[in-house]
Amino acid sequence: MKEEIIIAGFGGQGVLSMGKILAYSGIMQDQEVSWMPSYGPEMRGGTANVTVILSDERISSPAINAFDTAVILNQQSLDKFENNVKPGGVLIYDPNGITRHPKRTDITIYRIAAAEEAARLKNAKTFNMIVLGAYLKVRPIVKMENVIAGLKKSLPERHHHMIPMNEEAITCGMNAVVEVK
Amino acid sequence: MGELRLMKGNEVIAEAAIRAGVDGYFGYPITPQSEVLETLMARMPWEETGMVVLQAESEVAAINMVYGGASCGKKVMTSSSSPGMSLKMEGITYLAGAELPCLVVNVVRGGPGLGTIQPAQSDYFQSVKGGGHGDYKLIVLAPNSVQEMNDFVGLGFDLAFKYLNPAMILTDGMIGQMMEKVELADFTPRWTEEEIIAKSGTWATTGKTKNRERNISTSLELDSAKQEIFNHKLQAKYKTIEENEVRYEKFMCDDAEYLFVAYGSSSRICQKSVELAREKGIKVGLLRPITLFPFPSKQINEMADQVKGILSVEMSAGQMIEDVKLAVNCRIPVEHFGRYGGIITSPEEIVEALEQKIIGG
Repeated sequence: MKEEIIIAGFGGQGVLSMGKILAYSGIMQDQEVSWMPSYGPEMRGGTANVTVILSDERISSPAINAFDTAVILNQQSLDKFENNVKPGGVLIYDPNGITRHPKRTDITIYRIAAAEEAARLKNAKTFNMIVLGAYLKVRPIVKMENVIAGLKKSLPERHHHMIPMNEEAITCGMNAVVEVK
Repeated sequence: MGELRLMKGNEVIAEAAIRAGVDGYFGYPITPQSEVLETLMARMPWEETGMVVLQAESEVAAINMVYGGASCGKKVMTSSSSPGMSLKMEGITYLAGAELPCLVVNVVRGGPGLGTIQPAQSDYFQSVKGGGHGDYKLIVLAPNSVQEMNDFVGLGFDLAFKYLNPAMILTDGMIGQMMEKVELADFTPRWTEEEIIAKSGTWATTGKTKNRERNISTSLELDSAKQEIFNHKLQAKYKTIEENEVRYEKFMCDDAEYLFVAYGSSSRICQKSVELAREKGIKVGLLRPITLFPFPSKQINEMADQVKGILSVEMSAGQMIEDVKLAVNCRIPVEHFGRYGGIITSPEEIVEALEQKIIGG
């Protein structure tokens, strides 16, 4: 098994931490992982993206141009990465703020209204966990128990009381994701 | 097995330094290596092992603090990124001239000048051909994973003390900023004063006792005849290092008809290029220099008997290619490829360059 993922959106949406939790979940089930951020003068409101690779074998390049799955959270990222999904791959996006929707017909496209769901949960901070839930529903490459273990590893201990809330958000994302026909 | 963690390359340099029993880190922040100093400050190792962590007033101050610590036989280090490394060059040649062991980490960014904060490999010449003045060499290690960022801290100090020479970890913003699984080294206690005297008492300024001469750490010798003899001694040391310390890794070379030579982050990207090229039926392998000085010239020369051409891949305008060409001695075509100025080369571009410059060329 090898899954090459790009998660891209605005800085402040939790893109990098979602990638980190996913990578830690991979470690929890003995996989090789890499987490390669775009870094630089990025800040809240700017663009942020991270390439995460989970694999049963040694990972060659952590920097890649073609992805099995793209998780897209703003228009700029959709414009930038839609064409980099491998044929037969998956694109998951939040339609919030999107005016030009994905057009590819050789990939499977899913929508997750994560911003809307987070508002419904009355907790904007759960946004990235809702997105993670949607991803895991579509690509169940890591077991839920390993995601929770990954969450424990990537959150400082003082935030461990928030794990049940995150779990709830993941479940919410799993239920809310829909395939775009 | 040690502890498994998901960490950034830069964070691992800091953690590995604490675990290697380092006595002092002196640095100044610069992107993309600031997490080294940040992690050390957050970890507060002075409470745990007594390790000193100091944000100096400048890169120049930091490297001279390293000179001071190294003169006392202590395990000391600094880190920076390209523009900061240029500032440290005077101190580095003094350390090499005084034969002082230390570890210097360069997390390279694109240049020249202040350049960009994105990854590049354009400091090869500065690292292996001098940078500072005079006939000196650094022992240069090029990690290509977060795990090796951990491993080469210990290795760098071992080699530095074995040869009484500064060692450098030459990495870049890609390895420094990315996270991978890492098995951290076990804790090694810092050396006691007695251990330092036993290990380095013949040269370190550990305090003069009645039964020995003064130890002086200096790179100054005004008698040219003596300075030439000292230079002979240095060159003999570099030759010994070349004979004993070459490290490299081969990937899919057994049946290779073509070869990539690449170090650090480019070698990771080239592994993917090897996979992509082989899907197209192109038999290409990768030779990765792990030590850039000493350079695996002999091993590259041997590969020239087997392959039809070599693509030297580096995120620069073409620096390491000079050493690859010298190793091959004009027997087969050698070309350079790489994006630079902060752009990361893609695996597909490398395959394309191989097809155009070597196979088609």
